[in-house]
Formats: sequence, C-alpha cells, structure tokens
Amino acid sequence: MMTATPTEVTTVTLSINGQSVTAPAGTLLIEVCKKLGAEVPAFCYYEGFSLQAACRMCLVEIEKFPKLQASCTIPVSEGMVVRTESPAVVAARKDMLEFLLSNHPLDCPVCDKGGECELQDMTFRYGAGESRFTEIKVHTPEKQWSPVVFYDAPRCILCYRCVRVCDEGLGVGALGIQYRGVGAEIIPNMGDHLNCDECGACIDICPVGALTSGAYRYKTRPWEMNHVGTVCTHCSNGCKTTLGVRTDEIIRGNNRDHSGINGEFLCGKGRYAFDFNKHEDRLTSPLIRKDGQLVEVSWSEALKAVATKFSETQAAGGSFGVIGGVHSTNEENYFLQKFARQGLKTANIDHQRTGDVPALLDALSGKSDVLATTDDLYNTAAALVIGSDLAQQHPFLAYQLRANGRHHNARVYTVTPGKVREADYAAASLIYGSTAELFAKLDELRDRLKAEPELVILFSDAVKGADVAKLVAYGDSLGIKVKYVALVDYSNSRGALDMGLLPTLGPGYHAAPVSGLAAPDMLAAGLDVLWVMGADPGKGNAKFTVVQDMFLTPTAAAADIVLPSASAYEKSGTVTNVCGQVQKLKPAVRTMGTKPDLEIMGLIAREMGLNLGIWTHDHVLTEIRSSVAGYNVPLPVIQTGGAAQAQPVNGRVPLDGRPELVQSAQDTLFTSGTLGRYSKALTSVIEYPGKLYSDNQ
Amino acid sequence: MTFSPDLEARFEKLVASYPEGRTRSAVIPMLMYAQDELGAVTPELVAEVAKRCKVPPIQVEEVIGYYSMLHRKPQGKYHVQVCTNISCLLVGGEELYHHASKKLGIGHKQTTADGIFSLEEVECMGACSWAPAVEINYDFHHHVTAEKLDVLLDSLKKPQ
Repeated sequence: MMTATPTEVTTVTLSINGQSVTAPAGTLLIEVCKKLGAEVPAFCYYEGFSLQAACRMCLVEIEKFPKLQASCTIPVSEGMVVRTESPAVVAARKDMLEFLLSNHPLDCPVCDKGGECELQDMTFRYGAGESRFTEIKVHTPEKQWSPVVFYDAPRCILCYRCVRVCDEGLGVGALGIQYRGVGAEIIPNMGDHLNCDECGACIDICPVGALTSGAYRYKTRPWEMNHVGTVCTHCSNGCKTTLGVRTDEIIRGNNRDHSGINGEFLCGKGRYAFDFNKHEDRLTSPLIRKDGQLVEVSWSEALKAVATKFSETQAAGGSFGVIGGVHSTNEENYFLQKFARQGLKTANIDHQRTGDVPALLDALSGKSDVLATTDDLYNTAAALVIGSDLAQQHPFLAYQLRANGRHHNARVYTVTPGKVREADYAAASLIYGSTAELFAKLDELRDRLKAEPELVILFSDAVKGADVAKLVAYGDSLGIKVKYVALVDYSNSRGALDMGLLPTLGPGYHAAPVSGLAAPDMLAAGLDVLWVMGADPGKGNAKFTVVQDMFLTPTAAAADIVLPSASAYEKSGTVTNVCGQVQKLKPAVRTMGTKPDLEIMGLIAREMGLNLGIWTHDHVLTEIRSSVAGYNVPLPVIQTGGAAQAQPVNGRVPLDGRPELVQSAQDTLFTSGTLGRYSKALTSVIEYPGKLYSDNQ
Repeated sequence: MTFSPDLEARFEKLVASYPEGRTRSAVIPMLMYAQDELGAVTPELVAEVAKRCKVPPIQVEEVIGYYSMLHRKPQGKYHVQVCTNISCLLVGGEELYHHASKKLGIGHKQTTADGIFSLEEVECMGACSWAPAVEINYDFHHHVTAEKLDVLLDSLKKPQ
C-alpha cells in the first residue's frame, strides 16, 4: 500500500454496515471492509501496488459525503459511517459494470478466464447482464507478444494491474498504455512484442481474460482441472506453484490461491516450465547396455541387474561412488546417503555444490536466530546482496526485497560483479572487479550499514571457504542484528547439503565417520561402480555406471544401466529452499514407466536383501525429523502446505580437510541446469538463454 | 543525442526543477520543446527523454499516445488545428474544419505536398468563449469564419 506508515499508530473507530470497527488511521477503507468480511469488489485496486482508482467498482456510501466514494483511495477516519451494499451502491456498481461491458465481448464460453473471471463474477452478482448500449462494440484482433503472453484488447478493462505488477512488482516495466478513451490498450515494450522476464505475472493478475498464457490458452476450463499445490522444482527459492491437471497432464502452473511463501509471485519457471515433464525425450523404460547399446528392459530385469552388480562388487571388496541430486527430495537424498554409508559401506558421496552453507553454519555457531527466511526479506529494514544477479538467479528473493523497498522503504545494498536490476532502487550499488576486491567494497559500506537497525546478508558462491567466516566477522563488526542467506542454485540444493550428501559431512553437518571422495575425484578414480541419482556430473572412468534420471543426460547416455525416475511433480516428499524452509511436494501427475527415486532405491535394497528401513517418504521423513539436526519441523505446518524453517546445527561444523568445490552454475531466468533444456517454454522465448549482469532497465 | 545549446540549457533547468525521483514530470515539456526543434517525435528522442527523465521508454510512449499534440511524423510549417468540440461545433466549427480541409486539399493529420500546411481536427482547446477557434502552431485565432480563415491561410502561404 502506498499509504505512509505513521510513526505512532493511532486507531480510529468507524461503522461499516452498522458494525463498529477499529482500524489503524490511514488504512484504506477497502482493506478495512475486507477484514470485516464486507467484500467490496474492485478491479483496479490490488493490495501492494500503487492506487489507480480507475475502475470505480469499489464505490461505497459514506455519510456526509455528497457522492459515492471510491473506497480504494479513502483512508479511514474517526466516526465514518459506511455502507457497502446500500441500494445506491448496488445501482452504481451495476452501472459501472454496464460501462465496463460496453466494449467487452461476451465470449465467456470460449474465454480462458470464464469460471474464474472477476468481471463475470461481478456481472452475475449485480445482475448487469443487460446493456443500454446499442453501438457496435469496438473490436481489435488478438495479439501475440511472446510465446507465452497473448493480449486480447477488447476484453481489457484497463485496470492497469498488469502495468503496475510489471513496473512496481518486478521492476521490469515492460507494459504500458497507448492512446486513450475507447482506443486505449495495453502495449508491450518492443512495439509489437515483449522483451521482459516472461514471468506471466501480468496474466495472473489480469482480472479478466485480456492477457492469456501461451501454455494454457484455449486448452481447458478452470473447473475441469484438479489444482495441485506443490513446490516449483527449478531454482532454490521454493515458490509454491499450483499445477492445473487434467487427464494426467499438467496444463497450467500458477499460484491461484496466493498461498505459500510466494503469495502472488511466480517467475516463468514456476509458471510455464512444468512442460519438461511431458517432453518427448522423457525416459519411460529402464535401459541396460547390451553389446554396447542401451536397450529397453523391464523394471524387474533392470533392478535385479543393479542389485546383482552392487552385491557382487561389495562381495569382491570393490569401490563405490554415489552422487545425489539437487532436485531430489530430502527423503531421497537422506535415503541415498544412508544406502551408500550403511548399505554399500562407502564414504564416497557427493552432489553438485552451489553455495557454501556448511561454512556459514560453522561461522554462525553459537548464535541463534541468524538464518533469514523469505518473510524476513520482506520485513527487514535493510539487506545486502553480495555476488548475485538476484532478479535473474533468485527471482522470488528479488521480488521480496523490491516489495520491501516499496512498502517499507527498506534499504537494499548490492555488491556485485556487474550491474543488477536492484540498482534502480538500491541505497547503494557497488561493482567489484575481482573477488579480492569484494571485501574492500564491503568496507566502503561499513559505516552506512552500521547505521541500519538490522540487516540480512545474502551471498552467493563469490563468498566461500574462509571468506564466509570473514563475512560473518564483518557482519558482527556492524554491531547490529544480522541474518544470513547462503544462496544456492536449485530446488533442493540446500536439502542435499542438510541431508549429508557430502564426502566429509553426514546428515545435519556432523562429521562423517570416514571421509570419502568428492565428485570430481570419484569420476577420475576408476571406481568399480558409480551410482548417480538425478545428477549429470559427466562421464567418468568408473568401470560400471548406474544412473537414475528423467532424461538421457550425457552421463546417462554413457551409463551401463539407466533407470527412469519420476519428476518432482510426480512424487511426494519434502524439499528445502534457499532459506532453509521445508515444504512438501504433492504429486500432480504420473508418467507411465517411471518410478520415484526413493522407490527405486528401496527396490534395489530389497533385491539386495539390505535392511535400510521402510522406504516410504513418510517413514523417511519421520527418521529425518528425529535424526537430522534442525529438521524437527512441525508436521502440521508442512502437511497443510506451509513452510517451516529447518534450523540445522548450532555447533561447529568440521570443515578441515574438506574439498570446497562450491561453484554456482550461474543459471539465468531462462535456464535451469539440465532441467531447463527440456522446457520448451523456457527455450522458446526470445530472451533465452539470457545473460547475467546485463540489466538495462 | 544532443540538442541546440538553448534547448540543452532549458532541459537542464527542467530536470532540476522537480524533486528527486520525480523527474518523470519533465517528460511532457521535454517532448514538446524537442518536437519544436526536431519537427517530430523520433524514436531516438523517445529513448533520450526516457534516459534523461529516468523512466522506462514505454512510459514516454504512453505520453505520446495520449497527447495528440505530440506527433511522430513531421507536421507542416503551419499546423492548422480546428476545434470541433461542442462550443465550436455549435457556431460552425465543423463547417470550418471541412472548409479548411477542402481549401488545403488534405484531411485530418495530413500534410500538404509542399510541406507548408498540415491539418488536424482537435478537441477542446479552452477557447470556448471565442468559438469557433483555430490554433496555428502556438497562435490562437478567435471567432474564425471561412472568409477569415481564407485570408489567414493565404497570408501564410506567401513567402515571407
């Protein structure tokens, strides 16, 4: 909201529909009505964005005002007497609808929005189905602005929501209005097409069917789908995405009920990049190399072959290496390391490390309440971003900070290797040439940060190893409350670390009893068996390679046995986002022939006659909650779709002798590691593949 | 993009006259002054104004789309604007517009072949008390009749 926050909150008492209410002075009337349950319809008003007062739907009657007032721009005051559904108000709303419908086509039966359209709902509520206008409706053809964004001008009611969410919410400002009056319409920044984040926030926020999604348009009706709320499987931000599913196919991704940590936010990955799931290259049958060729075999044959190989190698005292995934669930990664350490008795276990969380936890030992959540980013008075093009690499975190700047005047400081979008509102935006120069730049900011009441520091792989302790020492030297986020790349990068997919650290960052080889060493060590789950480390010189993956990645193509695994949208389990918040996945669809990684591992264990405990995700989660430090997260919270922050360890983390190997993959908004290549939505936009630190907004 | 020293000085003063973060207020005057110098609003000008006023180019486009006095194509040396809104209409504004159109041989938002005149049918310009009104470039002409318009246009057409 754009209303200023008074330093001293005074409350006022007013009457709404005969009910007495108290609210902080300065609150918008429409918000107070909403809290009371007296819903006031509005098209242009959208909580969190600048006020427009364009649609005139929120008119209410206020005593002593000569005319009806737009409740979206009136702050409440003492003694106000408001009526939200009086005959005059109802008549006015009906008239406004008649105006809005004067050029709006009545194509609800074919419109994407039909069934969840705010204009349709209001027309039904106020019975404004008839019109006194006899003029021919202005019609212009539909326009395609990008592979994923379409605009149908006649349906547009010019509420400016899309313009504001793009400009204020995302900081992109790719949409505007051209002409005026009846000829006015929304225009994209490149004249006839868009060059933007392709996040689709404009489509989501559109109250009518003017902006439609390339992925979803004209495919189904909203009520024909099942809506499955799960967690996006691309970047580490862990946004909730609600998948619209019909006949075992994901048709739409959005966050329709605005629940979850991300509210209304989703980037293009969460909104469109679910399409990797039905890519034609998806593996649907196990493969075994026979005479040099990978051939399709049955699951029973493949599982037996893996189990036999594992058992024989173990009996012969052979060597194993295990590499886990950054999109796999906590349960899978926990079970994988348990399988490796207890079942295969190997310490060679690793994954693709993208941020130095262990060093941060070590540096923070003895401190409490120092790990920031995504909510903290929206509420902190100040934030410092180090070494990340946040708007591209961590779009939701960037959105939170921008909203915080807009709503609470939070100061954002950036110290990055190139220009970032945050610079347009940042309190200070410094550019460093080399990592060595980074701390010199931080010193320049020291005095300004000392004057802040609190701070959240977000740092990428630019700060790792001993530098992390140096950064925490820097934070301590400021003399203010500082919280941290160690930025990692993928949907469960953080969980893979927490679950102990490391050669020197077990679950909860406790020292592994025996240290093993790190991934690059495993690939070069000529191991007897290399087992890769949901990763693409490349072809090593192992004598035998088993890969579990959704696609025939280069690693899988060179493997001896390939087992087709289910995607994150096809299974249950939990994932941990970049801020350590644990959330639950919900299966939306199934792909014939695939199995979730946890089930695959369980079946291999059974074939081998190993007892690693029950391998359902619920049982493994119970084991994680009781045995992994910090993971005793409240079940009711995560079971109901909420996020609970895991607080791993509070003691020293043994880092001595560890191979650091922290390297972010530097994905942009349009790339997503191996997964992104299989999303046609991501690869089809003109902005693909994108470039970091190139923001020219 | 650079402008004449006079205009540069004017822009400098303009941008400085608004509070920090409100430089977008300078978009309209900047476009108007630059249009007078360049003859039209060019894509380069849009980019330049956006840069100087620190707004996305699309917000400058919005302004150009909204205000009819900002032109993307060069106008004639004399831009004849005839009001046909209600007050002028009641006392012959529309006839006046048609007369001008016939006399100049051009229609709404068109320019004569010699580039001397361009014609535009405009909305109310606040001269209702002296209707019908015609504006040529920045000069207002009141109580205009077909005869007065003829004399006016003929006098302008003569090489000066």
